[in-house]
Amino acid sequence: MSASEVATIRLVSIGKRYAGTSALDDVSLEIRAGSVHALVGANGAGKSTLGKVIGGVVRPDDGEMFVDGRAVKYATPRDARGDGIATIAQELALAPAMSVLENVFLGIEPRRLGLVNRRAMRQQYAELIARSGFELNGDVNVGSLRTADRQKVEILRAVNTDARVIVMDEPTSSLTSVETEALHRMTRSLRDQGKTIVYVSHFLDEVLDLADTVTVMRSGHLVRTALAAAETEESLVAGMFGAAAEAEQFEKPPPSTAPVMLAVEGLRRKGVLSDVSLTVRQGEIVGLAGLVGSGRTELARAIAGADPIDGGKITVDGKERRIRSPAHALAAGIAFLTEERKKDGLFMELSLAANTTFADVPAVSARGILRRAVERHRTRQLLESLNVDPPLPGARANSLSGGNQQKVLFARWLFCNPKVLVLDEPTRGVDVAARAAIHRLINDLAKEGAAVLLISSEIEEVLGLAHRVLVMRRGAITREFAADPPLGDVMEAAFGLPGSET
Amino acid sequence: MTLQPPNAPDDIPATAALAGAPAGAFDRRVRSGRRIKAEHIRDYGIVVFVVGLFIYFSLASPVFLTSGNLLNLVYENATVGIAACAVTLTIIAGNFDLSLGAIFTLAEVLCAWAAVHWGVWWCFPVAIVSGAAMGLINGAVITKLRVNAFLATLATALAFTGLALAVSGGFEIIPSKGASTFTFIGLNRVAGIQYPDLILLVVAILLQLVLYFTVFGRHLYGVGGNRDAARLSGLKVDRIVIITFVLTGAACGLAGLIDASTTGQGSASNVLGQNLALNAIAGVALGGTSIFGGIGAVWRTVVGVLMLGMITNGFDLLGVADYWQQIVRGVLIIGAVAVGSMIERR
Repeated sequence: MSASEVATIRLVSIGKRYAGTSALDDVSLEIRAGSVHALVGANGAGKSTLGKVIGGVVRPDDGEMFVDGRAVKYATPRDARGDGIATIAQELALAPAMSVLENVFLGIEPRRLGLVNRRAMRQQYAELIARSGFELNGDVNVGSLRTADRQKVEILRAVNTDARVIVMDEPTSSLTSVETEALHRMTRSLRDQGKTIVYVSHFLDEVLDLADTVTVMRSGHLVRTALAAAETEESLVAGMFGAAAEAEQFEKPPPSTAPVMLAVEGLRRKGVLSDVSLTVRQGEIVGLAGLVGSGRTELARAIAGADPIDGGKITVDGKERRIRSPAHALAAGIAFLTEERKKDGLFMELSLAANTTFADVPAVSARGILRRAVERHRTRQLLESLNVDPPLPGARANSLSGGNQQKVLFARWLFCNPKVLVLDEPTRGVDVAARAAIHRLINDLAKEGAAVLLISSEIEEVLGLAHRVLVMRRGAITREFAADPPLGDVMEAAFGLPGSET
Repeated sequence: MTLQPPNAPDDIPATAALAGAPAGAFDRRVRSGRRIKAEHIRDYGIVVFVVGLFIYFSLASPVFLTSGNLLNLVYENATVGIAACAVTLTIIAGNFDLSLGAIFTLAEVLCAWAAVHWGVWWCFPVAIVSGAAMGLINGAVITKLRVNAFLATLATALAFTGLALAVSGGFEIIPSKGASTFTFIGLNRVAGIQYPDLILLVVAILLQLVLYFTVFGRHLYGVGGNRDAARLSGLKVDRIVIITFVLTGAACGLAGLIDASTTGQGSASNVLGQNLALNAIAGVALGGTSIFGGIGAVWRTVVGVLMLGMITNGFDLLGVADYWQQIVRGVLIIGAVAVGSMIERR
């Protein structure tokens, strides 16, 4: 396969659904050979999924894909590689116990008489390094490298396999600015050699700097594809977040004077959170917006005792609390709804009753003995009030749909009667109806007096519900808005655009 | 023969029947009809198989279905059964224990040593307390030093076995003073039933009740099913894990005591002890408790252990060679686990 061969990728009506929600819907796109084509969008807009479809990592449910005018159906990244399409993923796929050199040449080692020709390998590696402008010792073990350097190995590997199309999924999210610049230089030189780069990123300045063409995605839909020269950061943000908010707008009460339920002061964690302070009053919903990696989830986990902190004060209902574990947080009255429902939320093999009461089993026991009838009764009441379908205490969690599973997770925390609810992505991966129901539930809980800290990557969700909006960027709270702020302002603050800092 | 639909659609269905809980209290609508589903094969296939095997041996051998033979069958498997029932809790909580046999052996040696040097009555507390202490060591190494349970218990097993040899000097320790007390449990019966059989029954029922009816039992399933979720739900996961190892250690100590009492001596080179861990875990797996944690029950382990015992006993009666028995047991364990994971994957 020669590098001069021209590749064009054409996608027609691509669709992909996960557990009832659509990650991609009717996306049609053409990628010109020899260009840098950027895919931008907010979290969950589908840009990564689209990149994965091109790279054969994700198999689409609908639609067709053509490479050089030939219809293709990739089942694995290997199939895509066969057509010269390589992916540099966010989760890197390298052999950590092998050297950089061995990883770059894995499977395509230069051979002599059936043995690896190490001298030729070194020589080719030196040429590759010279061409790329990366500095990377070929002899060190990949396992000892930092993420940024591992990423370089992936890129070198892709270039080395003579890939014609390279899909880069958030390649710079863990690179320093110098490294980013090196990557961009290399990307441009690859393009100049006739290669095609699909560049998935939420760094708008980079995208405008680097790309020839930009495709804007929003909630799984394609908004538009345009020349990068015709776009500005503001126009991209507007495209990514649109004008019409999809989430229901709830009526917000006037600024609250109710007692402060949760007060966080100077919360610190090295490299993650720097001096975060916030308050949530009784009956108040405080929304926390920000990009992925801005520290939203990390803040939630710190408050909930799930992750260790280096310093700071947490006060609940006027009493300072030492929170070093989730048990401490629960004892203080803080319930934490995790964003990872399956990974650290539900017990999939256990019954809904067990899932519901798990954080406070003693409440349905006497002297350490479960009162199963009481447990079933209370679970059923709670599940019915949350409209879980089916509201059967005996059903297993893994028999429910994503939306119902999420409601069961809510049930667990409501069962504890918490004073403070920390909700991290409460509607992730649930269908539209369940989403609306959860929004109403959150609104009702606040009305009943709960203090809610709402974290979501869906800005409409935050704006629809929050009485106050805090924006996080790089581990710190950078802006505060009163209820119903203009969406554009919040977005600009989240992206740290000039003029948004006050 | 028909498969019963699960009588309690809760996390561990058939236990309610075993524990005598009212099945009528459950909502009948959840019962997924009368059709046999893949899940039912996974959950109750082993029970059907055991019943079938039982009927086969009863027909094929005139001796099999006699109370004397059946009591012997249980008697021979009592020590393995006790260890297996306890380690079921450890496994449900998502851990593993390969040191069962080593704890058993060291506890046996220590209790015989105590009977000789401190007086015969000391054998009882020494066996159980030393077993529990060894379990505590396992639990502490795994949770506090963060050593993988598999490796940790492999290593402590080596150490415990070495210690047993050191204490005994490689000889049998025979308590001759008070021998009748020392062998009381092992060699006596009540109402025609050997004490070890009764002890197995009590241990099994007790542990099953703990699993099904206590807060602690519920927590075990949670820790094994989703450790991160259990921690976020405010559980002290390490403490729970340690308790399972202590319980398992105490049970192995009890098993060691029974063996010492049966043989009238404590010995560091005991074939039963050498094979105990693998036999017990084989019984747990055969019964259908998930090796990955979060799913299982003690009654399943009892079924699994008795099934392995029944194969030995029945084939012995039929004059089938020992090596065939081993092959059949091996194939059965793979079959049972494979069926389980095949159904899980669908």
